[in-house]
Amino acid sequence: MKRSRMAYPYIFVWMPLFIVAPLLFVLYYAFFRDGQFTTDFVVQVFSDTTYLPALLNSIWIALATTVVCLLVGYPVAYILSNMKSRSAALLSMLFIMPMWMNMLLRTIAWKILLDDSGIIVRLLEWLGMENPRLIYTPGAVLVATIYDFLPFMILPIYTVLQKLDRSLIEAAHDLGANSRQTFLRVVLPQSVPGIVSGITMVFVPSMSTFAVSTMLGGKNVMLFGQVIEQKFLIGNQWGVGSTLSLVLIVLVLISMFIMRRVERDTGSEGGTIW
Amino acid sequence: MKKFVSVLMAVLMAMLLVPMFSSCASGETLNILNWGDYLEPSLKERFKEETGITIKEKVVTSNEEMLIQLEADDCPYDLCFPSDYAVERLIKGGKLAEINHDNLSNLVNIDDRYMGLDYDPENKYSIPYTYGVLGVLYNKTMVDEADLGSWDILWNEKYSGEIFMYDSIRDSMAVALLYLGYDINTTNPDELNAAADALIAMKPLVKAWLTDDIKDSMILGSGALAVVYSGDAVWCCDPDEGNPDLDFFVPESGSNIYFDTMVIPVNTKKQDMAEQFINFLLEPEVATINTEFIGYSSPNAAVWPLLDEYYTENHMFNIPDAIIEKCVVFRDLGESIDLYNNAWDRVFE
Amino acid sequence: MKRFLKFLKGSYLGLVLFFMYMPIFVMMVMSFTDSRTAVVWNGFSFGAYADLFSDSDVKEALVTTLVVALVSATVATVFGTATAIGLHSMKKKRRAVIEAVTQLPMVNPDLVTGIAMMLLFAFIGLRQEHGLLRLIIAHVTFNLPYVIFSVMPKLRQSSNTLYEAALDLGCSPFQALMKVVIPDIMPGIVSGFLLAFTLSIDDFAISLFTGGTSMNLSMLIYSKMKKGVSTEFCALSALMFLVVGILLLIVNMRSIRQEKQAAIQEKKVMRKA
Repeated sequence: MKRSRMAYPYIFVWMPLFIVAPLLFVLYYAFFRDGQFTTDFVVQVFSDTTYLPALLNSIWIALATTVVCLLVGYPVAYILSNMKSRSAALLSMLFIMPMWMNMLLRTIAWKILLDDSGIIVRLLEWLGMENPRLIYTPGAVLVATIYDFLPFMILPIYTVLQKLDRSLIEAAHDLGANSRQTFLRVVLPQSVPGIVSGITMVFVPSMSTFAVSTMLGGKNVMLFGQVIEQKFLIGNQWGVGSTLSLVLIVLVLISMFIMRRVERDTGSEGGTIW
Repeated sequence: MKKFVSVLMAVLMAMLLVPMFSSCASGETLNILNWGDYLEPSLKERFKEETGITIKEKVVTSNEEMLIQLEADDCPYDLCFPSDYAVERLIKGGKLAEINHDNLSNLVNIDDRYMGLDYDPENKYSIPYTYGVLGVLYNKTMVDEADLGSWDILWNEKYSGEIFMYDSIRDSMAVALLYLGYDINTTNPDELNAAADALIAMKPLVKAWLTDDIKDSMILGSGALAVVYSGDAVWCCDPDEGNPDLDFFVPESGSNIYFDTMVIPVNTKKQDMAEQFINFLLEPEVATINTEFIGYSSPNAAVWPLLDEYYTENHMFNIPDAIIEKCVVFRDLGESIDLYNNAWDRVFE
Repeated sequence: MKRFLKFLKGSYLGLVLFFMYMPIFVMMVMSFTDSRTAVVWNGFSFGAYADLFSDSDVKEALVTTLVVALVSATVATVFGTATAIGLHSMKKKRRAVIEAVTQLPMVNPDLVTGIAMMLLFAFIGLRQEHGLLRLIIAHVTFNLPYVIFSVMPKLRQSSNTLYEAALDLGCSPFQALMKVVIPDIMPGIVSGFLLAFTLSIDDFAISLFTGGTSMNLSMLIYSKMKKGVSTEFCALSALMFLVVGILLLIVNMRSIRQEKQAAIQEKKVMRKA
């Protein structure tokens, strides 16, 4: 049996039926109005810069979220992977469990925390800051997005680091490498597949996030996901909304393609870093 | 972790088996699509005792979500509660069944003033359920009394950074149009442009554009002014759950009045049962229980003598006739809604 | 120095955990407020817990949520793992295309995916009455990429030599797969399952449009938002954390103790030597 056949049910049944077919509906609404082919929506979307600021905001938030999650999450995953496996398992569960609390409850809790009368603002005032504003700022949106996506960075990196080839680390030490060198030249390159998965799971969905930013950003920061949501839910403009979704899809696919190139160039696929 | 996941799964599975065997629904079911907190829960049980019909409720948070569900070809709902302009659009699209008024012996309870309105002139398709007006909720400790009474207050620089606006195209545009003295159903591009400019001018003063969560923020005391509906204002000013510093006014120049209605989707196979339930909800005693739970004004004249004083003497609930006369209902604008969408896009560019 | 480093690592984990649990702590406190909504503190009360246990809607929604989460996460895990193994042995170019398509449900805003799936179900005639089945299919669809991207890095990390050795030693390919490959990538499978389960519990927009007449917990929470978020749900979450926390402790306690003893034993041996 060829192992690649195991992917056939997905490739030939599930993917066309439940991923590609729904997308065809999106395509249809982007290019047809009342059954007639039209390029109106595409023209409308690309003719002026109305939607550009929201798109740039989204890219900025998604990039910042990904970078912060990686910088905060990698050390967490690394520390966990060096712990005794049972306590590490317990702790890694603790990192994902907050996501079991409903998104809306989580966001309300953040609202209470970040509000002008909330505990964090009072703390900042006590520390001597004048009129600190947290809620309804880009910062609040960023904090909540980071919060929501952090576990999705920690988990894939942790699972890869967990079974790192220990003998390589020992070999590096034996050959006189210090901890920093060992980390940079042995541990980090080996964990690239985990990092790639983590980045995919954080960057891709955070490009289209909207619910949290609506509640904590109060529209002072418009995100692309919010614009799309509005086109479908408020404006009854499915055509424009579908076109904007397609723009988002194309953009994300391009950025992930670049990411793959980088990954390949660092040589993680074959592990030929040396 | 592996072991933990398997233990967790085993426990969950065991938990699931118990209710799965016990909760077999018996008898007929009526599927309704409603707003959240918009039907007093005990009434479902009472209706079941009286008729044997189980009410299964699903809830949405906007008219647009409701329209998406109702315009789907396989709409599974038997009764639904859209607002005026959505009703008009559904009628135009042929999505609603004609209601047989002979089955509604309690229809006489509805105040004549709220029957035969423009969105459904003969009430062939819809029966009013609640109503309310758009107005300004304010925090007495932060606002000068002299500034109250007009829409101008939302453009008053004194309250910069203290204003919450309603994140909805029609409602926000209505506020701007009323401020400028135009009709809230206008399709004149110049007037809409002016309204968009007014909103752009207001934008720097606005703390946030929110929807249902405006109420939480105002109750927390994090803003001085907010555009809300009267029914929501009743909740925000509730002595136990709300904030006693809050009060509400409707600008004297007029405002929007809305009606949430009961309608029956055209594809239902249970029209008789749906009508039976509508008639049940129109009964004076039932309507009173329901109205006191929802907190929105009721078009049912028979409930007023039965209502608690708290409601009848509350100016947010018992809205003075003088105000109601100056309020206008939203109309479905058909394709012209794109003018609003474009104006709105310009505000948030 | 070593102790200091250990302390530093511990406090770093503590700090991140503190960040993760800050909102949860707020919600737990608010579950005891004597008010219907979670924003006002009206004094201490168990009212929310009493409401919770008498609310049949919550019970039904909880069952729907857990059934959908467990079934969809399990299906997505099995299906996704098989797919990842298959993809891993495919040619790079072809694999890249499939991986790109796999990402699509992650990119599309939930709402658009939800509406598109609703249109699809209407098109293929999977009617609204089958709410549970529709929910499960929709959830499997958006869970699959997370499982696939959890398993993939483990596959890249594992080498083929063990698998080949197993074949040489007389295993059938299937046996070799089950006995060598699967245990090797198990951590990835488990974390894929956890992510899938988590996402399914949390989903709102997709469920709203695909669920037909079924309601899950997040839909119920949104629906009761008209008057602010109900404390009932804070109570429910608080209870959930308690139950899962206790379970976690029981399961891990014993093995942690065993590990500790083993470590002590090891130290003794070292000292003797």
